[in-house]
Amino acid sequence: MAAKTKPLRAFIFFVVLTLALGLWAYWPGASTQPRLGLDLQGGSQVILTPQVAEGVVGTLTEDQINQTVEIIRQRVDGFGVAEAEVAVQGTGENAAIVVSVPGENPEGIANLLRQTARLDFRPVLATTTGIPTPAEGVEQVEVPRVPVSADNPDDLVEVYASVDCFTPGVLQGGIPDDPTKYIVTCSQDGAFKYLLEPAFITGDQLTDSAPALPDQGAGGWIVTLSFDSEGGRKLAEASTRLSALPSPQNQFGIVLDGLVQSSPFFSEPILGGSAQIEGNFTVESARQLAQVLKFGALPVSLEIAESSAISPTLGSDQLDAGLIAGLIGLILVAVYLLGYYRLLGVIAILSLALAGVLAWFLFIAFGRSLGFTLTLAGVAGAIVSIGITVDSFVVYFERIRDELREGKSVRVATESGWIRARRTLIAADFVTLLVSIVLYALSVGSVRGFAFTLGIFTVIDLIIAFLFTKPLVTMFGRSRLVNLSSKLTGLRKPLEVKN
Amino acid sequence: MSRFSNLGDRLYTGEVSYDFVGKRKKWYVISAVLLVVTLAAIIFRGLNLGIEFQGGAKYNIPSTTKSVAEIRDVFTQLGQPSSIVKEVGGERVEVQIPPIEVEAGEALKQDVAEAVEVAADLITVQNVGPSWGADITRTALIGLGVFIILVSIFLAIYFEFRMAIAALIALAHDLILTIGVYAIGGFEVTPATVIGVLTIMGYSLYDTVVIFDKVKENTRGILGQSRFSYQESANLAVNQTLIRSLNTSLSSVLPTLAILIVGAGILRAGTLVDLALALFVGMLVGTYSSIFVAVPALVHMKEQQPEIKSLENRVRSRRKNAGIAVDQVELLETQAPAMGTTTLAAGPRSQPKRAPRSKRKKS
Repeated sequence: MAAKTKPLRAFIFFVVLTLALGLWAYWPGASTQPRLGLDLQGGSQVILTPQVAEGVVGTLTEDQINQTVEIIRQRVDGFGVAEAEVAVQGTGENAAIVVSVPGENPEGIANLLRQTARLDFRPVLATTTGIPTPAEGVEQVEVPRVPVSADNPDDLVEVYASVDCFTPGVLQGGIPDDPTKYIVTCSQDGAFKYLLEPAFITGDQLTDSAPALPDQGAGGWIVTLSFDSEGGRKLAEASTRLSALPSPQNQFGIVLDGLVQSSPFFSEPILGGSAQIEGNFTVESARQLAQVLKFGALPVSLEIAESSAISPTLGSDQLDAGLIAGLIGLILVAVYLLGYYRLLGVIAILSLALAGVLAWFLFIAFGRSLGFTLTLAGVAGAIVSIGITVDSFVVYFERIRDELREGKSVRVATESGWIRARRTLIAADFVTLLVSIVLYALSVGSVRGFAFTLGIFTVIDLIIAFLFTKPLVTMFGRSRLVNLSSKLTGLRKPLEVKN
Repeated sequence: MSRFSNLGDRLYTGEVSYDFVGKRKKWYVISAVLLVVTLAAIIFRGLNLGIEFQGGAKYNIPSTTKSVAEIRDVFTQLGQPSSIVKEVGGERVEVQIPPIEVEAGEALKQDVAEAVEVAADLITVQNVGPSWGADITRTALIGLGVFIILVSIFLAIYFEFRMAIAALIALAHDLILTIGVYAIGGFEVTPATVIGVLTIMGYSLYDTVVIFDKVKENTRGILGQSRFSYQESANLAVNQTLIRSLNTSLSSVLPTLAILIVGAGILRAGTLVDLALALFVGMLVGTYSSIFVAVPALVHMKEQQPEIKSLENRVRSRRKNAGIAVDQVELLETQAPAMGTTTLAAGPRSQPKRAPRSKRKKS
């Protein structure tokens, strides 16, 4: 029989596990709060569903969606709001892009995100570092959001001087830049600003782009480009003209969604309709630029499926109500467990409390490492999990009582009862885990947060039952406490055998 | 409390036994009536779907001094005559309007803020496109389908095919009744409700699995004897797990009830309340169905099997031959050692009496 279980070993393992999780959660220097979802802290959320643009045949590919997300992320980062978040949920036809901006509500975020991005190649007229260069005596103009466009480059000189690429909000992008106009804009990282001519090639004339290593292997990674016939002709024209000019006018800006991704220069006229960009690329940066070029001008239109702005006070009201309800529920359950199971009830309450502590640790740690946010649905999932966690103890304790009824000693009953309860627990928790995994994999939005919380609690339930509750009950069964009256222990003495 | 646990003992030994399975016709009628009523309500009354499913915008306006009627007027003047305005507690008013473009919705928020003298960023707006709800519903249904297939496979392997079917019948029963409560009460169905219903799915099966596990244990090797029928063994299992069912249901329902009351008191509406309502109803129904639907349905199906039929006949003829109706207590006393744990139960039987006593004398 399993009487030779070593409760102390399981117990020590549990303590080590808890400490490790605690350390992970409260890693020095990291945030020590779970990340709260928008419905709890207020903010704006927009759910966008990408669709193949009208008139374009084909389905959405994973790459196209990823590229769309990159563009949106670039726009959202431009808000200058910390912790703005862009996530993809679902795949292919069912993909949805969830954009969350906490705190203050930037106006019109939904509209800004819906704009289809453009990719253009524009010759450079001037470029310099991204800080403003106000001329003496010139009145300080308001720092404009880039790109700023005009028909005549002379109109842009003042703007070009005053642009500060490091001011939050300037790099928002999302303003469709007219390819026939001159523009002032910044590089994506804000390090440089540019005055650019009208586009000589638009994104739809680019047919392919890929990272490559040249045959000789010298000079490291490059990005290859190929154009359609019209693009090739324009490239030949532009490269012939620009390569003869001095720096920086021999450069061209690759402008995606209003911001310059890269500004290579022409070293010679390119006549073959295909080109390559050389530079200090790593595998990663070459791949990124190639992806930008390949999917830059997306045949993807974004539909706003849902947009919500939640005021911070409504969120905190809901959180307060959830916490109060959770606390009341816990107290009621605790009183009930104590009344019915006495000393065993104490073990159950300890187990429940530890389940709460472990969940708290995981919320913090997952918030940091997996981007898990605690939403209202998650809070509800947690409160529901109280019942499922308590059930594990109830099943086990009732099994112990069954064994006692069959005439076994407490010591034996705690072991044989566990063998029977264990199977039930695993089967039942497996079903719950199945629910949470299926829901997580297939759903979008708040259902996902709920499924994740439910899954976390189910796993914690198993850990607590196997490594804490069971060892503790075993130790209890072997201790002298068992000899207290049945009223105190919650364990009845064996039944008298009837005749 | 001690009387309560005494009841637990008596239920276990069979001294006290409720004939859950034998009276199954009665439960079938009750469930059938409930199902007909709720299905009728779902079909004829329909569900009150939230804007998340049919598209529309919802404005949550805090701490305004305006009355509901005044706010309705404000919306009418702003070109939204078909707004639904209601108080939602915490001095908040919620206004629901038909689908509206995002830009227009944003502009409307500004206008409303001005008209009711509230800062615009304190107004919560939720704007849902008309096709989004269909998307959510479709993914939820796909999820439901995938889950049911997976769980059927699991149950069929872990238990047996008939138990999987019985569990699914109980599940369908719970889902229909829970959704029916929404149709009857006219409560708004939101994504939170969907979450609640999906959870009920897990809870209902969880509860059934625990009871079926005991049925499985009690009926192991049942064909090799002729003292008691499948129905009696299954009924004993229900009785033996009755205290567990009560304790677990209470522990699950209490926190849910707390959300429902606190939520309804403070917030009156919102995600928490929507969720808690579905859970509260579903948990009660789920506990009921595990006992009164799942096990009777299982027994019903099992009794169609030839080997179980012949078992019933053997039990009947044995009791007839014995000349007397077998006493319930005697029947169940002989049952305990025979049930699954023969070796475990028979050996150590005399031990426990000695060990604790000797210890007690020493101290």
